[in-house]
Amino acid sequence: MLGRLSWAAIPFNEPIPLYTGVVVVLIILGVLGLITMKGWWPYLWREWLTSVDHKRIGIMYFALALVMLLRGFSDAIMMRSQQAIAVGGAQGYLPPDHFDQIFSAHGTIMIFFVAMPLIVGLMNFVVPLQLGVRDVAFPVLNSVSFWLTASAALLVNVSLVVGNFARTGWMNYPPLSELAYSPDVGVEYYLWPLQISGIGTLLAGVNMVTTILKLRAPGMTYFRMPVFCWTALSSSMLMVAAFPILTATFVMLLLDRHLGMHFFTNEAGGSAMMYVNLFWAWGHPEVYILILPMFGVYSEVVATFSGRALFSYRSMVLATLAICVLSFTVWLHHFFTMGAGADVNAFFGIMSSIIAVPTGVKVFNWLFTIYHGRVVYKPPILWAIGFMVTFVIGGMTGVLLAVPPVDFELHNSVFLVAHFHNVIIGGVVFGAMAGYNYWFPKAFGFTLDEWWGKASFWCWLVGFYFAFVPLYVLGLEGMTRRLQHIADPSWQPMLLVAELGALLIFLGILCQLVQLIISIRTRESRRDVTGDPWNGRTLEWATTSPPPAYNFAVLPHVETIDAFWDMKQRGVAHIAPTYEAIEMPRNTPIGFVTAFFATIGGFAAIWSIWWLAILGLLAIVIAAMVFGWSDDREREIPASEMARMEQAARQGRPA
Amino acid sequence: MDSFHPAGVLDPQGPIAAAERLLLLNATAIMLVVVVPVIVATLAFAWWYRASNAAASRSEERDYEGRLEFVIWSIPALIVILLSGVIWIGAHQLDPRAPIPGGAKPLEVQVVSLDWKWLFIYPDQGIATVNQLVVPAGTPVRFRLTSATVMNSFFVPQLGSQIYTMPGMTTHLNLRADKPGDYAGLSANFSGDGFADMRFVVRAVSAADFAGWVAKTRAAGKSLDMTGYAALAKPSEAVAPVVYSTVDAQLFKRIVDQTALDPQKSCTGGAKCPMPNMGG
Repeated sequence: MLGRLSWAAIPFNEPIPLYTGVVVVLIILGVLGLITMKGWWPYLWREWLTSVDHKRIGIMYFALALVMLLRGFSDAIMMRSQQAIAVGGAQGYLPPDHFDQIFSAHGTIMIFFVAMPLIVGLMNFVVPLQLGVRDVAFPVLNSVSFWLTASAALLVNVSLVVGNFARTGWMNYPPLSELAYSPDVGVEYYLWPLQISGIGTLLAGVNMVTTILKLRAPGMTYFRMPVFCWTALSSSMLMVAAFPILTATFVMLLLDRHLGMHFFTNEAGGSAMMYVNLFWAWGHPEVYILILPMFGVYSEVVATFSGRALFSYRSMVLATLAICVLSFTVWLHHFFTMGAGADVNAFFGIMSSIIAVPTGVKVFNWLFTIYHGRVVYKPPILWAIGFMVTFVIGGMTGVLLAVPPVDFELHNSVFLVAHFHNVIIGGVVFGAMAGYNYWFPKAFGFTLDEWWGKASFWCWLVGFYFAFVPLYVLGLEGMTRRLQHIADPSWQPMLLVAELGALLIFLGILCQLVQLIISIRTRESRRDVTGDPWNGRTLEWATTSPPPAYNFAVLPHVETIDAFWDMKQRGVAHIAPTYEAIEMPRNTPIGFVTAFFATIGGFAAIWSIWWLAILGLLAIVIAAMVFGWSDDREREIPASEMARMEQAARQGRPA
Repeated sequence: MDSFHPAGVLDPQGPIAAAERLLLLNATAIMLVVVVPVIVATLAFAWWYRASNAAASRSEERDYEGRLEFVIWSIPALIVILLSGVIWIGAHQLDPRAPIPGGAKPLEVQVVSLDWKWLFIYPDQGIATVNQLVVPAGTPVRFRLTSATVMNSFFVPQLGSQIYTMPGMTTHLNLRADKPGDYAGLSANFSGDGFADMRFVVRAVSAADFAGWVAKTRAAGKSLDMTGYAALAKPSEAVAPVVYSTVDAQLFKRIVDQTALDPQKSCTGGAKCPMPNMGG
């Protein structure tokens, strides 16, 4: 009846997961209790949980990512602490069985539930505004995508309390992830949630590609699109092309595990190498799915805060598209050490280093945008400059690893760990923080506190170097990744420095929380009444902050790149238009309902409660059909109503 | 296991590791030619063009300078063309499968990763060891590697290249230790709970000492037959070094064929038969 689920799934005899789990459950209950006591449920349900507004969905994606960042980061602190103390004869406080779950969960959560929601959230919020349109192409599907991601994030975290997570690393390589070596539910807690979020991501990609290709303000040709839209388009195309590979690969692994098939097993002709190839055929494009939109963020931020148009828009677009295509030709560099011949290794090594060309061009473009500019030091540009310095170092170590014989020595070492944290923290996280500080006033109508924003930046930047330079050094000394304890006592000082770095980053995260709280408390004095707090260049700054549900009462007419800048120059940015009635999609609970059943079905599948899993799937199909048959999906906003709302908003909102 | 001191890839003790370190340093130097100026320019421009600097000249115009655009594509392209040459030549010269040039006849060693220890079989000497690899200094060693369990990676940082060990497949590696000494070896690919202790020592000794060690090993020690192997294959952690005076000559082949644990099963090429050597 309950599959493999029993009371034994609760870790009563393991204090660390048990207490963590209890604390997390108490916090969740506390938050839910507070919402109930304050009577916020109707508001939350009406305005957020059922919202199909791309801006609200974007904000929810971002919020999900920040919450998951706390989870992923506590994993990081636990790992760093374990490696700092479990040296020589000491075994530390985490037995292998627990340590292995932590590094697996850290990677999985950081990639799928922090980095992905960060970029999808930013794209959701920004792209329709920059394109000068009212929503994404499929607003309801957008809600479904978000809630599927949230459902998957929840399921992964359930493994803290019920059962255990995978002990296979975030790549989940077979044969270790096959039934013979990982018989418990750990790998199931990896596979099923990632299937659910994978569908969400694929749908988000389809939505974003369609939006950019089909919905743009009048006059916005492709070569007038803001660079962020170009990078979002490239990233979304990669999602559409790459995520099905991951889904299919996981289907095969699930078939191996549940139906005794042999795609990746040791027996009967199975080959684990196939999984490794397929995984990275998704995995390397995934890297560019994450970084490309952030290149877009830096482009917007550098241009805005230098008070200058981006240097060589044409090169930037070309470089973005080049990276998009090349990203599919390099996957083998993740396993030069798997015994491929010299020709194959050399080919993939050269292809990998070729990606450095368009990436280098981008760095020069930002550099020459600053040149002759007027740099106003607000937090977003600090993150961008911190990125430029940090990322070229990460790029250099990346090209080093693309040289096959160098990789033969550094593969799977902590040098590699330092490299990809260098590009993912220095690229993706810094970009997300730049974007967060940059677009926050647009999203909420008031700016974030600058002092705490800068404090956060410096803690992150310095913390990053303290945390990862020691890993570069230790990697060269022969330290491999994922060690539950360290044999060589001479590595301990470096590991302690790395621990200090992690604590500095933690301080940076605290500064961000303080920044948010202080900014909310002093929001009346930091209202953005103009809608254009940074003297922006692109269309999102043309509307009010926060924008109305429909973004633009009248769609702007675009005549150049940097359309809003151009309107300001021509003095036509704030001319009151003639309003017309518009139709907007109604909010719908279908996304939330789908995710509700996906969570139940996913949990059931994890524990092999097949009848419930099938019921969950059926419920989703029925919910979709009920939604599909309803006709009343749009509401009309009359012209008079539009005029009233616009005038109120543009005169400065009431305090 | 505390008797050795890992010193890493910057302290090479053989030709492969030395060549790889040289490549590492050369590639780094080539890139620093661009990376250092870019970092300096970023910081310098960001500082000089700060809004409060009255001395800086500004322009708000959209800057489009075709020649400059050509330059920014050319610089990274030139670096990458140079690096591509380095990559192509390096990948071929340091192919793990390529024999190490030089006169001496290589020593054959078969490597098997087990949960969680390393088995080394010396087919020509008819002996085997666990978690201890004794080799003659100055003589190339030709490794053939497989795994009896999940994937691992065989790695001796001071000797150079690592290579994956994979079940049902054989990989190849050629290394040489130049001087006598103890070098740390490890698994570089996570393989489960006992992974952190999957360490071994490479003891490079003089040719005479090696011959003496082989003779001593042949004279004393257990023998590794199929039954002994079945016991050894059971998961165990932090295993102390063991030597075997004799070893079943078919053991490595049967591990690759995945018939070592099942004496009745022999692989005759049916559907259940793994494809050997697929990993190359």
